[in-house]
Amino acid sequence: VSAPRGVRRPTELRLSVDPIACEAFGYCAELLGEMVTLDEWGYPIVDGSQIPPHLVAVAKKAARDCPRRALVLSARGSRHRSHHLEG
Amino acid sequence: MTTITAPTTARLLSGRVYDHAHLDSPLDAHLAEHGAAPLGTPGDQHWAARHAGEIEASGLTGRGGAGFAAWRKLETLASAGGSPMVVVNAMEGEPASAKDRALLCHAPHLVLDGAQLTAAAINAGRVVVCVADDQPDAAESVLRAVGERRSRRLDPVVTDVLRPEGRFVAGEESALASWLDGRGGKPRYRTDKSIPLRAKRRPLLVHNAETLAHVSLISRYGARWFREAGTADSPGTTLVTVSGAVERPGVLEVQMGTPLCDIIYEAVPISRPAALIVGGYGGSFIGSAHLRVGFSAKELATVGATTGSGVIAVLPHGSCGVAETARVARYMARQTAGQCGPCVFGLPAIASSLEQIWRGDVSPESEAVLARRISQVIGRGACRHPDGAARLVSSALRVFADDFAAHAAGHPCGAAGRPSVLTFGGSRSAGDLRAGDLRAGDLRAGDLRAGDLR
Repeated sequence: VSAPRGVRRPTELRLSVDPIACEAFGYCAELLGEMVTLDEWGYPIVDGSQIPPHLVAVAKKAARDCPRRALVLSARGSRHRSHHLEG
Repeated sequence: MTTITAPTTARLLSGRVYDHAHLDSPLDAHLAEHGAAPLGTPGDQHWAARHAGEIEASGLTGRGGAGFAAWRKLETLASAGGSPMVVVNAMEGEPASAKDRALLCHAPHLVLDGAQLTAAAINAGRVVVCVADDQPDAAESVLRAVGERRSRRLDPVVTDVLRPEGRFVAGEESALASWLDGRGGKPRYRTDKSIPLRAKRRPLLVHNAETLAHVSLISRYGARWFREAGTADSPGTTLVTVSGAVERPGVLEVQMGTPLCDIIYEAVPISRPAALIVGGYGGSFIGSAHLRVGFSAKELATVGATTGSGVIAVLPHGSCGVAETARVARYMARQTAGQCGPCVFGLPAIASSLEQIWRGDVSPESEAVLARRISQVIGRGACRHPDGAARLVSSALRVFADDFAAHAAGHPCGAAGRPSVLTFGGSRSAGDLRAGDLRAGDLRAGDLRAGDLR
């Protein structure tokens, strides 16, 4: 997986959830419990903080494995570049 | 806190506002009062830059709810390419708001002038006016106005009036964009709100109807004139809709910064207010200790509120804060677009928590559960609907702390079973804003009726 265009350092990636696409499968919380918790209805809560370097690979996997492609990795500061990572 | 003394100031709803039903040509009356909109020739970059500069200097903020600087949209659209479309947002999904409807009924040409000026400034190829399908009076008025202008060939850009389904979130700008694009009328998930919305392959500039009416006056009379009313931080006048426990509910034009107590005094409160809802049902409660606060973004922020869509709903002395909050929360839960889990499940859960407290059906965890549910919906929808609901409930927990404590201790107050004075079911049910008259300046009640403000 390559980082989104325009991103120089992959460590600047942040996590967000497309709330319309998300159907609470919960895989993201299983794979990436360090960064994703579930609310009482099973929907993922992310805080938008920077993904630590050692979790970038698993975050990308979580985004790829989301059945609804609702987990979004976006580059910090480059508001125009945020998009779904393609696997 | 403010030096403003005159509670109402007529600009949009000026003294010579005409009543459409009794005029052969509302357009003639409009032109006699304001003259033609000072449009530049199409493609005149100097004119467009001057227009944008004047709007920026005026400090005009959007009157639809978010309150962003109006000129920024001109800047964003100027670099968007394509042939833009100006969208006049008169959806007014807030059930306690009637200001856009009142404006379209009584001064549609101000709004249409503002749309044409904005279209000229961004070289737009089309103007659409969106009026909810359950507001026939406003639609009829603006359709007539568009027809008059068309027959005189007044407007360089074609204007159409469209009728999306009237629901609470239908006027959210991404929902409007998706409706215009033929893809339902629901909010979209946008990761970057600085990128213009698009519909029919056109970039959109979406302005609230009232915002555009101010644009038309600023373009004529200038930024300095606009700033003669209001405060340095929040210049100009604004339309507010006062409802609830008042004898004369309706739409008023007030200077920004006017103290809340002066505004509600104009609407004749039936008792000493217990609290107000300000900004809308996704706004904030304000306690009776803060009625001297001015109606402006800066002053309302000191009590955790915003101007929102100009809604001021008065709760009468003796109201049960818990009951009123539960009602609004349940209403907001029913208004979800049904797309995002935290909103679909979270808002009904918040309403249920509140209803349990209302009934006194509480456990030691009730308040903690409610607090957690509030925190779990904020920022988690595609649009700000859940945030608004959470904000209102959070403000209720502050303002009605005593009521909540009494209910949580198993002592519901005597007022908990009383009917609400709040308006629900939108402008859609009888009894809401009944006989609401539109007042401005020295007009007396009854001189001017805002159609049938049900």
